[in-house]
Amino acid sequence: MLDSISSLWFGLPDYARSTAWILLITVSIIICVALLTLWERKVIGWMQLRRGPNRVRIFGLLPGLGQPFADVIKLLMKEVVVPANANKFLFRIAPIIALVPAFATWAVIPLSPELVVADIDAGLLYVLALTSMGVYGIILAGWSANSKYAFLGAMRSAAQIVAYEIAMGFALVGVLMAAGSLNLGKIVLQQQGGPLAWNWFWLFPLFVVYFISGVAETNRAPFDVAEGESEIVAGFHVEYSGIAFAIFFLAEYANMILISALTSVMFLGGWLSPFEGYPIIGDTFLAKPSFFWLGLKIFVFLFLFLWFRATFPRYRYDQIMRLGWKALIPVTLVWIAVEGLMAHFRIGPWSS
Amino acid sequence: MLVQILFYLFGAFLVASALGVIVARNPVHSALALVLCFVTSAAIWLLLEAEFLAVVLVLVYVGAVMVLFLFVVMMLDIDLAELRSGFTRYAWLGWITAGVVIVEIVGVVTARNLGVDVTRGTVPLPEDYSNTAELGNVLYTRFAYPFELAAMLLLVAIIAAIALTMRRRPGLKVQDVAKQVAVRREERVRIVKMDPEKRP
Repeated sequence: MLDSISSLWFGLPDYARSTAWILLITVSIIICVALLTLWERKVIGWMQLRRGPNRVRIFGLLPGLGQPFADVIKLLMKEVVVPANANKFLFRIAPIIALVPAFATWAVIPLSPELVVADIDAGLLYVLALTSMGVYGIILAGWSANSKYAFLGAMRSAAQIVAYEIAMGFALVGVLMAAGSLNLGKIVLQQQGGPLAWNWFWLFPLFVVYFISGVAETNRAPFDVAEGESEIVAGFHVEYSGIAFAIFFLAEYANMILISALTSVMFLGGWLSPFEGYPIIGDTFLAKPSFFWLGLKIFVFLFLFLWFRATFPRYRYDQIMRLGWKALIPVTLVWIAVEGLMAHFRIGPWSS
Repeated sequence: MLVQILFYLFGAFLVASALGVIVARNPVHSALALVLCFVTSAAIWLLLEAEFLAVVLVLVYVGAVMVLFLFVVMMLDIDLAELRSGFTRYAWLGWITAGVVIVEIVGVVTARNLGVDVTRGTVPLPEDYSNTAELGNVLYTRFAYPFELAAMLLLVAIIAAIALTMRRRPGLKVQDVAKQVAVRREERVRIVKMDPEKRP
């Protein structure tokens, strides 16, 4: 039975196999987003001494598990209202533009030692290029809705994303220097040798800057001035309703998962096991690199996202700009120079 | 064969979007057509196996420059009637530019037929060829000085742009962040001890 399935699988042409992987990854991300929304509400609920959603059950199991699905069905049933003077074409296409890069970037992310959909050499550049395109969805949504609040949200988001993208890019330059390759698989392989060999240790400032910029890039709290519900209602998606709003929601959460995955791959060794080379554990499952470890690392970062949201008050707009331009970018610049010294004296990742 | 079909497809898209840039009435639509233009030219570069240039085109122009462009264009209040009033006055300049460009393109396209083949055709590159690494090698060894010079030029341009737009206005109120951070509780809060109720 298993043999026949695997022979069928390897008998398929290449494009059919990669299409199957693409479908599988896309569907699993969507399901992960659904569960993440529930997890977020539960976690924030516990942090605020509430219970979170606990009514909708699936098959009488786990109170609250059905909540995200109930929400999606509700949003699907609702009417998508297009404002009277909106630019109809751009208004409809904006959510899709926001969503596509969040999914397309997964093509180059190494999910396990064997599995990456497209193993391309310029993987890191591809990631940067695609994540920088996500902002169009937000800007176009804000502009096409013909609403002042939405427009203000779009402008804030554009300025913020341009500012933090530079810090993000510089942080990745540091990773690139350590790995000597733009291929994400090779970046993971270069970090082999236990948790202290992972990039976070030698590139700690870049690791922090990258994750902070990632939070800012996804417009999550405490950098969520683009939505800023206490100032500009809901920012760029004020005028969106029903499933069009749900797509923006999906894009935001898919981007969160993406940033977590990228941070794990670049700085925490991706699918590498933290117990690599410990003699006590030997050659068991725990010592082997697998998707399990990547999933665990992604989960930790996602939890950080939720923790930030429950803990930090929102930044003021000028504070965001100051943090981006005057704190994060100089830190990355200094650390790239330090890395140059480390490479010269053969310390850390350059020692071998 | 497939490459040729893709090339013509992307070429058609590129020309159509380039036309869109100049014929669109709404400046925001023009800017968006320019974005499409950049993306399709990146796709054509990918077909030419220049993946570094293609990705950087998307990264720099689509991801950063056009975002700022849109940012500005959306804020402008453009009166189209007023814009069009002077159109015919400068039309001759446009025609001359278009003529020169057409002559140049025809020159490049027919150069091969005249026996001066400068491009030497395109040979498919070996599988392990990395355009990115090659560019890096050339840029940081052979062309290191021109590269640094270009970087300095850009730096000067940035500083000039900031210097041109910076004006010291009298009475301008700015925040001193260091001062804000250094504030202590005692400077801001005064605790007043008083009785719970007034004595009669």
